[in-house]
Order: sequence, then C-alpha cells, then structure tokens
Amino acid sequence: MSNLLSLDWALVLIVSWLVIGVAGLLLSHRFFLISRVLFPLGAIVGLALACVAFGALGNAAEEAVLPLGLPDLPFHVRLDSLSAVFLLLLGGAAAGISIYCAGYFRKGEGAAPGLQCMLYHVFLASMAMVLLADDAYAFMVAWETMALSSFFLVTTDHLIPEIRRAGYLYLLIAHVGAICILLCFGVLHGGSEANSNLTQVSNYANYTFTHMRAQQHNTLWASAAFFLALFGFGAKAGLLPLHVWLPEAHPAAPSPVSAMMSGVMLKTAIYGMLRVSFDLLYTQLWWWGVIVLSLGLASALFGVVFSAVQNDMKRLLAYSSIENIGLLFVGIGLALTFKSFGMMTLAALALTAVLYHCLNHAAFKSLLFLCTGSVLHATGSRNLGKLGGLIHQMPWVAWLALLGAISSAGLPPLNGFVSEWLLLQAFLFTPGLPHAYINMLVPVAAAAVALTAALAGFVMVKFFGVVFLGRPREESLSQAHDASLLERIGLSWLGAICVVLGLFPVYVIEKIDNVTRLLLGAGLYEANEMYSTAETAARASNWLMLTPIHPDRASYMPVVFLLGILVIVAIVFLLVRNLWHNKERVSGAWDCGFPLQTARMQDTAEGFSQPLRQVFEPFYRLQSDIPTSFDKSPRYRVIVEDHFWYWIYLPIGRTADFGAKLVAFLQQGRISVYLLYSFITLVILLFLIRG
Amino acid sequence: MNTLAAILVQFFELLAALLLAPLLTGWVNQCRAWLQNKTAPPMMLPFRQYAKLLEKEAVLANNVSSLFRMAPYIIFACMALASMIVPTLSSSLMLAPAADAIALVGLFALARIFIALAGMDIGTAFGSLGARREMLIGFLAEPALLMVFFTASLISKSTSLSTMVEALGQRGFIVYPSLAFAGVAFTMVALAENARIPVDNPTTHLELTMIHEAMILEYSGRHLALIECAVALKLYVYFCLGVALFVPWGIPEGADLLNLLQALPLLLLKLAVGGFLLALIETISAKMRVFRAPEFLGTAFMLAVLGMLVHLLLETGK
Repeated sequence: MSNLLSLDWALVLIVSWLVIGVAGLLLSHRFFLISRVLFPLGAIVGLALACVAFGALGNAAEEAVLPLGLPDLPFHVRLDSLSAVFLLLLGGAAAGISIYCAGYFRKGEGAAPGLQCMLYHVFLASMAMVLLADDAYAFMVAWETMALSSFFLVTTDHLIPEIRRAGYLYLLIAHVGAICILLCFGVLHGGSEANSNLTQVSNYANYTFTHMRAQQHNTLWASAAFFLALFGFGAKAGLLPLHVWLPEAHPAAPSPVSAMMSGVMLKTAIYGMLRVSFDLLYTQLWWWGVIVLSLGLASALFGVVFSAVQNDMKRLLAYSSIENIGLLFVGIGLALTFKSFGMMTLAALALTAVLYHCLNHAAFKSLLFLCTGSVLHATGSRNLGKLGGLIHQMPWVAWLALLGAISSAGLPPLNGFVSEWLLLQAFLFTPGLPHAYINMLVPVAAAAVALTAALAGFVMVKFFGVVFLGRPREESLSQAHDASLLERIGLSWLGAICVVLGLFPVYVIEKIDNVTRLLLGAGLYEANEMYSTAETAARASNWLMLTPIHPDRASYMPVVFLLGILVIVAIVFLLVRNLWHNKERVSGAWDCGFPLQTARMQDTAEGFSQPLRQVFEPFYRLQSDIPTSFDKSPRYRVIVEDHFWYWIYLPIGRTADFGAKLVAFLQQGRISVYLLYSFITLVILLFLIRG
Repeated sequence: MNTLAAILVQFFELLAALLLAPLLTGWVNQCRAWLQNKTAPPMMLPFRQYAKLLEKEAVLANNVSSLFRMAPYIIFACMALASMIVPTLSSSLMLAPAADAIALVGLFALARIFIALAGMDIGTAFGSLGARREMLIGFLAEPALLMVFFTASLISKSTSLSTMVEALGQRGFIVYPSLAFAGVAFTMVALAENARIPVDNPTTHLELTMIHEAMILEYSGRHLALIECAVALKLYVYFCLGVALFVPWGIPEGADLLNLLQALPLLLLKLAVGGFLLALIETISAKMRVFRAPEFLGTAFMLAVLGMLVHLLLETGK
C-alpha cells in the first residue's frame, strides 16, 4: 500500500470512472441500476480522488509514463501541487454532482441512461487526464475527449433544433481553441537547438512538458506561445470575445452537465493557462499581464451586465460564469505582472486569490445550477417569468440556493467574499510597481472589480427573489415538489463546501501555498523579504484570522463575523420576546390598502432589470417593441442580443461561406474532372521532385 | 484584566451606538424643522416610536416566509456589528481585526440584500419596486464607498480601519487633495445609502416615490421597530465613518475607559455639527428622479476613483 504513489491512486480512480462508464453502456436501459448504483459509485470515486489530491498537495511531483498512445509516443503523466489542487476541485465537485445525478435522471426522459452514464464518466475521466497530462500528446488527446464527450452531453436532447445549434457552436469554438493550443505546444517545443543538457535519445522526447520547461524562448516566440495559449484556453474558458458558446451551451445541456461544465470544465482551461504561463514558459513579460488583465476586466463587466438582463435562469448563470472567468483572468494578469517585476509575494497573493476563486466558483456555481435543475424538474420552466413563490413548496432547494446566491454575490461570511477580498488586497498593494502607467491602471481596475461585485449582488437578488420569493406567477406552480433525498445530499454537500471554504480560509490558503511555492517560489505563509519566519508562523497558526500580509495591513475573521451576527440575533430575539412579546397576527398583505392583489402585479424578470437595462443600454443590441397609450392590443417585446455576434461572428461566418463558395467551383460532380485533378497534381509533383 | 477591559470598551461602544443613533436621527429632524421654520419634534421621539412599535403586535401576510421573519433581526445584527467595528470612541477595539474596510462594505451589502429580498417576499408591487430601486442605488453606491476606503487605505497603507484612523489622525491638520475628492464622494454615497434627499425622501407618503420605505411597507410591530433602529444605526455608523476618515483627531488609541469618556464630548460635538450639515443639505436640495440617481452615484464613483489617481500622481514620493 505504502509504495503506491498518489499518482497511481489517481490513475486507478480515473480507470474506475471509465469502468463505471462502460458498465453503464452495457446496462443500457436498466435505469434503476444505473441511477442508484453507478452514479453513487462515481460520486464515491470522485470523493476518493479529492482525498488523494488533498494528500498530494505539498508533496514532490510524481511522474509516470503510461504505455498508452502510439508505439514511440507514450503518455507521460505527472501529479504536482498545481494538478493536485485542480484534481481536488474536480473530485469534490464531481462527488456532489454525481450524487445529484443519481436522483435527477428520471425514467423515460431523453436519451438512454446507459449512454448518459458512459458519456458523463468519460467526461470526468478525460478532465482528470487533462490535469495529469505531462506531455502535449496526452494533453491534446484528453482535451479532445473532454470536448467531444461534453458535446454529446450538451446535445442530449438533440431533437430540438436550438440545442443542436448550441452544441454545434460549442464544438466549433472548442476546436478553434484546440488548434491554438496545439500550435502553442508546437511553438513551446521547438526551442533553440543548442540545449546540450538534454540527452539526445530521440527527437520524440521533445513533446514532453519537461522538455518545454527547459526551453528558453526569445521574446517573439514566447509571446507567440503565450497569446496562442491565451486564445486557446480563453476559448474554452469563455473569455471575451470567445464567449458566445457559453450562454448557448449551458442552458441547452441538462442541469448536472451544465454544473459540471461551468464548475469544473472552465477551470481546466484556467489550469492550462496557469500551467503554460507560469510553468512552461521560462519568463513572463509585464505587458502580457496587462493585456490579460484588460481582457479579464472586459469579460467580467460584460458577463455581469448581460446576466442582469436575462430571463432564463440558466442563461443568467451562464453569463455569471463569464463574469467569474473574467475575474480569474484579472487575477492571472495581476500575478503575471507582479512576477515579471520580481515581486513574488504579491504575485503569490494574486495567484492565491485566483486558486481560491476557482475552488469557490466550482462550489457555488455548481450549487446554483443544480438548484435550477431541481426547479426545472419541479415546474417544467426555465423562464423566470413563470416562476415565483417556490420557497414554500421547495424549502430545501430554496435555502441552499440562497446560500449559493449569497456566495456568488461575494458577501461575508461565505466563500465568495474571501477570494474577492484577496483579489482586492492584491490590487491595493500595488503602489510599488515601477511603471507609473501600470500603477495608475491598477486603481481603475480595482474600481471595475468592485463594480462587478456589486452588480453580481443585483443579479443574485433578481435570481433568488423572482424564482423563490413572492407569489407564484403561474397556477401550475402549486404542484411543485421539493428535491428528492439524493438531490438534497448533492446540494447539501456543495453548500457545506461553500460554508467551510468561507469560514476556514487559513487552512485552505496554507494548502494553496504549496502551489504558489511551486509556481513562484513564494507563498503567503512563508517567510519572505518583508516578514520574518516567527511572524509568518504566528500568522499561519492563527486559524481564526485571515491576514495575508500582516495584521496591521488587513485582517478578516469570518468565524467571529458569523458568530457576532448570530449572537446578536439570538440576544435581540430573546430580549424582544421576553421584555415585550412575541404576538403576531396573520392577515392579508397590506399593499397600501389596494384591495385587488394578483400575482401579475409583482415584478417580472424583465421588470426587475429594466432600470439596469436603461443604464447600460449602449452595451446591448436591443430590439424593442414598446406599446403606446393608443394601442388597442398592446404588445411588449424586448430582445437583448450580443453585439459580438453581429460584429465578429456573423461577418466571419459570411466570409467563410464566401470563400467556400469561391472554392466550390472545383466540385464539378463528374468523376472525369476529379481524375483530371489527380493527374495534374501528379504531373506537378513529378516536375517539382525532378527539379 | 486586559481582556476584560477590552470587552468593556467594546460593550460601551455598542451601548453608545444604541443610545446615540436614535438621538442623532432626532437631532437631524430637529435641525431640519428649524431650517424650515417649523416647530421641532422632541429629540427623544425616535425612542418613543420604537417603544410604541414594540408594544404592538406584528401583522404578517398569509404567504409570508421565514426569510421575511428573520430579515429584521439579521439587518439589525449587521448594523450592530458594524457599529462595534467602526472606531468611534477608540481605535483599538477588540472586534476591529474581525473586519477591515472591505468586510465592512460587505456587511452593508449583506444587510441590503436581505432587506431587498424581504421586500420581494410578499409579492406586492411596491415591495418589488422598492427592491429593484434599492439594488439600482446599491450597485453604484457600494463600489463608490469601496473606492473611498481604497483612497484612505492608499494613504495609510492598510485597509484595517484602526490603522487608517491612527495613520490619518497622526498626520496633523494636513489637507490631502485625494481625501478631499474622497470626502465629496463619501458625502454623496452617504446620502444615497441612508435614503436622504436628494436620492430618497425619508418622510414621503407617496409610494411611487419611495425607495427604502417601499421595501418595508409590509413590516409592523417589533419587526418594524428593529428595522427603524437598524436604519438609525446605519446613519450613525456612516457618520462615525466620516468622522474616522476625514476628522479623526481626538479618537484615542488606547482601550482605556477613561480615554473613552474623555473622547465622548468631542464625538458628540462632531455628530451635532454633522447632523446640522445633513439637515442643511436636505433642506437646500430637492429629491431627484429615480433615474437620475445612477448619474449622481456615478459622479460619486468617478470622484472616488479620481481621488485614488490623484493620490498616486501627487502624493506618493515617486
């Protein structure tokens, strides 16, 4: 037992996911076995993977060579702290989502359950493989498997044309991204020939990450590699302007698949970005960081402004994911800038904020998507305008969704606040930057991040308030039922992760320090040029107080915060009840004395967001049909669309169509013409070879 | 012994907040009445209002949820915790390390979210109107407040409120241009967040002009008493924040009860002057249209960001 490395355990668990998938395929229509046995097994495997990864944090990197792949091109795998933290994320989220799936999939709905099971577990296994891959070949194979399996999962209900279209767009952009990632690896592997340290075994050894790490590219090629990686991983993550697939694919997929894609798959793109920019590239330039920061800010603002005006629950959450990915790229850009100037402690702070936010986002976004899944099952509707008052029928889902919403809005004492706090602290530490212009960009960036966080609060109030509070907007909502036991377990698991990540940040950051030490050589709880070992040890041992730099600079004690609020609530409640009274009377709603109250008088989703739509009008492409006072049958219609689709994607599509039409004259349809083409090609090649 | 003294100081600070906050509201109402040539209501009126409301029974709508019942307690607890964190009478409070400036803004945001959700709970038109408008004001007010804190934190090199107060108080009577920008921005944000003219009229009876009042229309009895007290506490906390950031001289550094009692008269003087200024602003301004409020707050946001940039340009030694 003891001579099995963590890496071996991880590989065994990945294989067991694949075995579960194949078992599901073989048992293709035995619904009860698949949903009550195989999916919970998958959840247990996920939990085990999370434990293995947790244990591997902080250990030295473990490598192995798998006999898969082509004869002279085996797969290399490696488990270091960076992979471990993302595997922890994958395992933890997969545990909750798989248990939820066990209760979610209903008999007789959609595709065969066995096929779903296989695709889902292949998806999980391929994501784990992406995180463990140590060479370009294994990485690309796993990346493609991830894209394909998620494509088939997204198009589960492929009989509906919108879903097919969404899946096609997703696959298209995923492959454009994959081409860029492949080119990036190509640039990284072709380094200078004068690397005399490498053993000249064979040229094939060049495709490993170890070889790429040793290369030292000049500025041009390093920048080319970096921007190809940014484009490729940004396409998968949903960074502006490659985000258009996200708001289509996430609503089209079944809710657990959306949760998995949004919570975990987007993070594999972040993993790729971190791996390439901090680990594989030899040096980082400051202007890369500024560009990444700007793109991240643009994505964050765009995402939150669009999510505020959505009427479909899942589209709202999809745009919110774009916002969070933007914030992650802001942190990455900041870390790159700091690292390029040699300010390692600050880079560690920014990187810690990024990794913490990855963990947080996986937890609360999955929780929110799964809650929308329960609501969709109970009511049959994704449209916010047909929901309302569900807190009475579905209390479990409602309270856990409130937990997710408060985390997503970045409010203390839950987890969203911790990562936002760390990111803002990283911004505030900046007056030491050498370049005066970057120094001035930073407060503006901090202002934009604060604005994004406040708008996220707006979005979550709209989401929770319109769906769960108020009166039901449709008659059929009285039939809604709460989530089943397995669904509740899945939701509670993710909710508990949110609470733990929010209340005990010091433990989590101590673990994340292993990753920052690996990538940057500095950690938050490590002695550095500013503070001595004794002070740092004192900071690290105080699990109550989160002080990334020093208590005088900034401190936050989430447990005291929460206890303070709870104690005051308890004292006030008891005082008021005992010194005065607890009497109450139930009656009709006051509503300022208006006698007629219907459910249609409360805000619809469009109504709630109308002020924001007016404020941010230049951002949207609006088509509105507003009635005047003289219309006999007034009609109200507002459609909000994305400018990027019309400015970038449609022109590119038209150009591609045009180019294809130009080339189409080659397709004459007669075999004599095609034989003529082969003959001409042969003649030309013979001529060239002769010459 | 030190811990006991610290706990006493913390408790005294909370007590001072609970007693002074309704008095401050009463004082502002008195000043406003004097400026408008009316007979002033007594300064103790808020206390009597709370006592009256606590005596009454709470009438709840029939589709009320537990969120509605819990929200007044949570909002009151948030404001009470805020009053315990802000360095009013001493800059080394026991609970001060629990939350820095960013966490304080988060605390206000938490209270705002709960009151907005409580407004949407019953499902009346006015509740959701209030919630929607409150979030419209809040989405710009919160970052503007955060930027004001960032400006102060750039000067004092810390986001901890205690360190900010100590650093700003020790500098003598120097006027920082960045703090001037931040001060104007803070005043505008304080007016918006506390539902004062020119953003919202706290004494309006017309529902369509309400922002804050519309969300609490359905509350009565002890719930309404708690919310009104929380509103008064919020105004008090904002005043104390303004005092701490912009006129911090006189806030003692130690956690000594005697020092606190000596600081109390100075605090009362600052609050009295501030209250009069607030009443003056309310009297000479008119309430603006709801859709002008984002412009107003956008101006505050821009001023606060300008404050930060001015600091980086003019006040750092590079």
